[in-house]
Amino acid sequence: MNPSVYPVAIFFAAIFTNNILLTNYLGMCSFLSVSREIKTSLGLGAAVIFVMAVTSALNWIVYEYILIPLDLTYLRYIVFIIVIAAFVQIVEMIIERVSETLYAALGIFLPLITVNCAILGASLFMVIRQYNFLSSFMYGFGSGIGWSIAILAMAGIRQKLKNAKIPRGLEGAGITLIITGMMALAFIGFTGMIKIS
Amino acid sequence: MFPVTTLLISVGAITAVSTFLAILMVIADATIANYGEVKIKINDDKELTVDGGRPLLSTLMGEGIFIPSACGGRGSCGLCKVKVTSGAGQYLPTELPWISEEERAENIRLSCQVKVKNDLEIWIPEELFYVKEFKAKVARIRDLTHDIKEITLKLVEPPEIQYKAGQFIQLQIPEYELTEEPVYRAYSMSSCPCKRDTVELEIRYVPNGISTTYIHKYLKEGDDVIFNGPYGEFYLRNTERDIVFIAGGSGMAPIKSILLDMAEKGINRKAMYFFGARSKRDLFLVEEMHEIEKKLPNFRFIPALSAPLPEDNWEGETGLITDVVDKYLESGDNVEAYLCGSPGMIDACVKVLTANGVPEELIYYDKFG
Ligand SMILES: Cc1cc2nc3c(=O)[nH]c(=O)nc-3n(C[C@H](O)[C@H](O)[C@H](O)COP(=O)(O)OP(=O)(O)OC[C@H]3O[C@@H](n4cnc5c(N)ncnc54)[C@H](O)[C@@H]3O)c2cc1C
Ligand code: FES
Repeated sequence: MNPSVYPVAIFFAAIFTNNILLTNYLGMCSFLSVSREIKTSLGLGAAVIFVMAVTSALNWIVYEYILIPLDLTYLRYIVFIIVIAAFVQIVEMIIERVSETLYAALGIFLPLITVNCAILGASLFMVIRQYNFLSSFMYGFGSGIGWSIAILAMAGIRQKLKNAKIPRGLEGAGITLIITGMMALAFIGFTGMIKIS
Repeated sequence: MFPVTTLLISVGAITAVSTFLAILMVIADATIANYGEVKIKINDDKELTVDGGRPLLSTLMGEGIFIPSACGGRGSCGLCKVKVTSGAGQYLPTELPWISEEERAENIRLSCQVKVKNDLEIWIPEELFYVKEFKAKVARIRDLTHDIKEITLKLVEPPEIQYKAGQFIQLQIPEYELTEEPVYRAYSMSSCPCKRDTVELEIRYVPNGISTTYIHKYLKEGDDVIFNGPYGEFYLRNTERDIVFIAGGSGMAPIKSILLDMAEKGINRKAMYFFGARSKRDLFLVEEMHEIEKKLPNFRFIPALSAPLPEDNWEGETGLITDVVDKYLESGDNVEAYLCGSPGMIDACVKVLTANGVPEELIYYDKFG
C-alpha cells in the first residue's frame, strides 16, 4: 500500500474491520453500564474519541522519545496508564473551568473513562503494530469513533428493548452481551475490506 | 547493560515521568481547579464563606448543614434537592432524571451534583439547619401488638436531639438480604421531645417491606443504628383552637409524642383523640393514653374498633373511624385537626372533617405511604 494513504486506511480499519470493542472486546465495562440511553452514550462516545486520539499521540511521543532510548519499553504499561490518568484529570479540570456547556456534555464522563481498557488498549496496539506518529493518532481517533458507533448502536437497541419481553435471567448485562456478540458477528462482514497489520 | 544500572534507569525514568506529571497536576489543581473562597447565601439571610471546588452537598455538610441524602452523593437517590437561584450554572445530565418540569422552573437542583465554583444563592427549609446525622444504640425492642414494635434508641453521637413533637427521622437500613445498598425510611418519633437522649419509634410490619422486615426480623437490642433528622411539618400549632387527633396503626407514634409534650408543658386545650383499629389485638398504649387524660383534664382518648371479635368483650365505640369522628364532632368551626396513618384513612377523614366545617388549611397530616 502507498505509505501516504496508510494512516487513512488505519483510520477506517479502526472504525470498521478492527473495531476495538467488537473485535477486541475492550472497553466493555463502560459500554455495558452507560449504553442505556442514546444521549448519554453520545456524550461518553465523544469523550472517548477525544481522549483516545490525544492519548495515543501522547503515548507515542513518550514511547518513542523516552522509553525506547532508555531501553525501558517493558515499562510501557505503567507509564501509559499514568499518562492517560493525568491527561484525563487535567482535561476535566480545564473543561470544568472554561465551559459549562462542554462540561455538562462531556466533562462528567471523563472520570468514567480513565480506567477504560480500550484507551490503554489503543496505546498498546499502536506500539505492537509499530505505527508512526500520524498513524498512531489516526488509529486512536478511529478506534474512538468505532467504539462510539458501537455504543450508540447498542443504546438504540436497548431503548427498543425497554418494551421487549426478556427472560428474567437475561435482563441487563446478559442480553446486552448477547447483542454485542451479534453486532460483532455483523462487523465480521467488513473483514477484508481494508487490510492493516 | 549491568543490572544495577538498568534498575536505576527504570526506577529513575518512572520517577521522572511520575514526578513531572505530579507537578503538572499540583500546578493544575492550584490554578485551574482553584476557585478560591466562595460565598454561599442561604435564604437571603445567612452567608457562609467556604472553599470552592467541591460539591454543594458536602460543602454544606462541612458547615454543619445536613441535606437529606441516601446515596452519599452519587446522584442515584434524588433526595438531596436544594433550590439554587444563582450561581449553579446549567443542569447536568446526572441531575435530569430526578428533576421534574416544575422543579426545573423553580431551580431545584441535586446538591451532590452542583459544584461550588462561584458565589451561590440557595434556599433551604429553616428546619434543615437543625438536621443532623445521629449514631444510636438500640436500647429496647418491645411488642406493642402482633405487628407493631416499639424501638427505643439511645443516642450516642451526638448525645442529644432537639425536635418538635410530631416530627420524623430517616432511619438507615444497612444492606442485607433484601437490599443491596443502604436505604432510608421515614419514622415518626413517638417519645417526648423533653427526653433529649432517647428516641422511640413505633414500627408496623409490612410483609416483604425492606425496612420493616429488617427491623422486625433482624434488628436486636444492642445494635448500632444511624438516622438523620428531624424533619417534617407535622407538629402542634400554637393556637387556642380545639384539637382533633385521628390515627390508625403506627400513626399513633407522632400523636403520642405531641400528647406527651402537651402533658409535659401543661397545654390543656380541648382535645379529642380518635384511634381506629380492627379488633382489640390491634389496640395498644391504651393505658398510657388514659394516664394522659388524668394529666390533661380537657383531653379525651376515644378508641374505636371496626371489627371487634366476640371474645374482645368490647364496650367502646365500634364502626369506621370516620363515622365515630362524625358522631363526636359537634361543630368544626373552632377545630384544628392532626391526622396520621394510611393515605386511604387520611383522605376519608379529611372529607368528614371538612363536611363538619373544619377549615381545610387547618387539617395537618402525615401520610405513611
Ligand atoms: C412522614 C412519614 C412518617 C412515617 N412514620 C412511620 C411510623 O411512625 N411507623 C411506621 O411503621 N411507618 C411509618 N412510615 C412509613 C415508613 O416510612 C415505611 O414506608 C414503611 O415502614 C414501609 O417500609 P418498608 O421498607 O418496610 O417497605 P417497602 O419495602 O418500602 O415496601 C412497602 C410496600 O410496598 C410493597 N412494594 C415495595 N416495592 C414494590 C414494588 N416495586 N412493586 C410492588 N409493591 C412493592 C411492599 O411489598 C410493601 O407492601 C412513615 C412514612 C412517612 C412518609
Ligand atoms: S445525594 Fe443521592 S442524589 Fe444527591
